[in-house]
Amino acid sequence: MDKIIRINMTDLTSKVEAVPAAWAGLGGRGLTSTIVAAEVPPTCHALGPYNKLVFAPGLLTGTPAANSGRLSAGAKSPLTGTIKESNAGGTAAQMLARMGIKALIIEGNPAGDAWYHVHLTTAGVTITEETELVGKGNFAVIDALEARLGKKTGVLTIGPAGEMKMTAANISVKDPDSKIRSHGRGGLGAVMGSKRIKCITIDDAGAPKVEIADPEKFKTAARAFAKALLDHPVSGEGLPTYGTNVLVNILNEAGGLPTKNFTIGQFEGHEKICGETMHDTIAKRGGKTKHGCHAGCIIQCSQVYNDKEGKYLTSGFEYETIWGLGADCCIDNLDDIATADNLMDDIGIDSIETAVMFGVAMEAGILQWGDSTEMLRLLREEIAKGTPLGRILGGGTGSVGKAYGVTRVPVVKNQGIPAYDPRSVKGIGITYATSTMGADHTAGYTIATNILNVGGYVDPLKKDGQVELSRNLQIATAAVDSTGMCIFIAFPALDIPECLPALIDMINARFGINLTGDDVTNLGKHILKVERQFNLDAGFTNKDDRLPEFFNTEPVAPHNVVWDFTGEEIDEFWNF
Amino acid sequence: MQITVKLFASFRAGRFITAIREVEAGTTIADVIGQLRIPLQEIGTIMLNNRHADPERPLQEGDRLALFPLVGGG
Repeated sequence: MDKIIRINMTDLTSKVEAVPAAWAGLGGRGLTSTIVAAEVPPTCHALGPYNKLVFAPGLLTGTPAANSGRLSAGAKSPLTGTIKESNAGGTAAQMLARMGIKALIIEGNPAGDAWYHVHLTTAGVTITEETELVGKGNFAVIDALEARLGKKTGVLTIGPAGEMKMTAANISVKDPDSKIRSHGRGGLGAVMGSKRIKCITIDDAGAPKVEIADPEKFKTAARAFAKALLDHPVSGEGLPTYGTNVLVNILNEAGGLPTKNFTIGQFEGHEKICGETMHDTIAKRGGKTKHGCHAGCIIQCSQVYNDKEGKYLTSGFEYETIWGLGADCCIDNLDDIATADNLMDDIGIDSIETAVMFGVAMEAGILQWGDSTEMLRLLREEIAKGTPLGRILGGGTGSVGKAYGVTRVPVVKNQGIPAYDPRSVKGIGITYATSTMGADHTAGYTIATNILNVGGYVDPLKKDGQVELSRNLQIATAAVDSTGMCIFIAFPALDIPECLPALIDMINARFGINLTGDDVTNLGKHILKVERQFNLDAGFTNKDDRLPEFFNTEPVAPHNVVWDFTGEEIDEFWNF
Repeated sequence: MQITVKLFASFRAGRFITAIREVEAGTTIADVIGQLRIPLQEIGTIMLNNRHADPERPLQEGDRLALFPLVGGG
């Protein structure tokens, strides 16, 4: 029987609750956002005792459905002040699902300076004081916990950044290779740090399989779904071969690759950091060009990137990180970017926020453009150690912009704008402006249709159709984020007619229900409206759904275009 | 006339990254794709001088043509 586990860090107690009827049909983002909206006062301090940190596996997590092993984490974000959901791969989601834990709600903040370790088993929850791992990086934490509790143990952990409550801190999730996946965006690591939880471990021994109401129907649907994923050129071939970093060259060619802190749309050094070069480098050094972030992933967009000696350097090496430290900081050395990626995993800091931040830091003169040696030093010596400068940097893009008086600060709702210039790819600008999460490309990935010819084509340089495109994608994404599915299933879902019905059939077969496509769309709309209402109640208005001023006034080469949507045009987004 | 052709991802295998090619006036993008023995259905995105373009488009002197298979990420 599914249950809710509620942990109160104020008095260090826990209890098991029945799942309220209203939450029964929800999972992943739909559930974390519903719980946060219902239980967290929107005006509370995100690091204070009234915020809650919620983890939830998706509706299909723990089943044999391909690519369904994502974990959602939700809270009020200390970075943006908005509601936040961030999802990640790793092993924890499937363990929680097998244990029937529909959501883990962590509330209250303890008095005193002690740190805690929360351990979940089928028998219940134990909360113990943690001393050995305090101050340790995430890789050491995972190694130590495996030695203490066994190799199979699931781990959620924060690094020094989370302990210091830096607003760019993330939550790390152990992956199948005992490396790291991240609930990256929005500073959720700081929320975990405010609750003085260094790590959460999961032992699912004795947990049953996830029950499926109609196994035959499920098997048929799961097969059709997996076939669609493997048949589509993006999920079946492009992503497994080149990873997400295949995007460097196509965005560069389209003039939408933000370079030198968003002053140009193309990077001279693109060939040195692109997916094609990365693929060849990985193959030559004996790394892995294909790799999954969770068991059951058949897309395998991740990789293991080795150094020149053939030793592990990083994995889960994503386009946004490589773009940010590469083009946006003018660093054309992929090995240095990989070293930084690994350091950010260890420190526990969002690699998108931090990369965008370094672009602003270079503009501020804290370090020179392209100076990867100093960038690595700042990560190791300032951010990881929490020096005064390190805390400013660890506060993210907006923090550095404010501290150094920079006006070209690419953020929406104080969250760094990722890897696609909204002036030359206008649909994604609507997503950045309107997303309930602050600037978040995954919230409504218009790049698919603006640039990649997936799900049709909408000219990236024209205003026509962008609001509708972003709206439809944000609604669909909110629903997909509730299933536990990887968002990359959207590529086949946009092009292959059998894909989405198969996904809905799997949900129906899992629970013995009869959702239609309209029900799923309505779920997506409902989630967005719940999140939006939280933000409005927190004090945000439509005037916060805007891009920074410099996008309106500074044309970006090679197209020499500005962001030209009016406020009224952007606000049309919410007409649904 | 001369054009520059840039290939990406799997299209590079056994071909090239960038090449200057001599083509006759009136040559279309589809003609170039055919000369490169890339099946048209494998084309994901065509960019001509940094703008999306259709295969029927005739080429001009100095054009920069970029050909991508269907790729994605994010």
